Amino acid sequence: MPSKLEVRADGESAVVIERSFAAPPELVFDCWTKPQFVKQWLTGPDGWRFTVCEIDLRVGGQYRYVWQNTQGVSMGMTGTLKEIVRPEKLVSSEIFDEDWTGGEALVTAVFSREDGGTRVTQTVLYSSAQAREGALASGMTEGMEAGYQRLDRVLEGLTTQKAS
Amino acid sequence: MTESERLDATFTALADPTRRAILARLIEGEASVMELAEPFAMSQPAISKHLKMLERAGLISRGRDAQRRPCRIEGEALKAATGWLEQYRKVWEGNFRRLDALLDDLQSTAGRPERDN
Repeated sequence: MPSKLEVRADGESAVVIERSFAAPPELVFDCWTKPQFVKQWLTGPDGWRFTVCEIDLRVGGQYRYVWQNTQGVSMGMTGTLKEIVRPEKLVSSEIFDEDWTGGEALVTAVFSREDGGTRVTQTVLYSSAQAREGALASGMTEGMEAGYQRLDRVLEGLTTQKAS
Repeated sequence: MTESERLDATFTALADPTRRAILARLIEGEASVMELAEPFAMSQPAISKHLKMLERAGLISRGRDAQRRPCRIEGEALKAATGWLEQYRKVWEGNFRRLDALLDDLQSTAGRPERDN
């Protein structure tokens, strides 16, 4: 079953993203590594779409992603594949064209078989703590206010729970 | 401390499970070091060290009462940090919802020849 997404800061400069999917690891792995699948889901914030999605799926091979939003703004990223163990593990280094993260990020995705599907744990190790902030500070600030409002409601919920 | 340094300190503070547990406890209300140390198999000095990091990150403050110095949670720093992660989460939630749909689709058409987009 698809599970709740877990996102957490880990150590000095990493972010860990974890979630389960209702499909076998082989299929989930392919969705991560085959362009015809990747371009159907890895499109990021609303309003963005892929204009380039190429993957040379071999160790040392590169992948190139370019997205564009409805205002015509483009955002590109290049990655290098370091380790490919289908369907268990995928390691790559990647960097955005604008390099707002101050250097390459090392991305490790682990696909574990579990009852009814696959658990994916993706660790993004940024080059520094500042880089981790930069990754979010640029390009993804849209909707920040909406995020805060949601958090406000969560905090409110916690407070009322405790009070009652 | 600049805002960026503050956020660094906040993330470092939040990266540790004991410190997160301390914060979870403090959501319920202020507590002394002794009260905080109780549920953990840790000495008071060890807990005090964690509290110093949380205080430096602006996540908690300490009361003036010299004897007890109760700790309380400070919402603003926590809000800045979770707001940051909230954004990350939002983007990935969108990605993964699309992936769920794609996986559904692929499994319901399993057996048919794969075709490129």
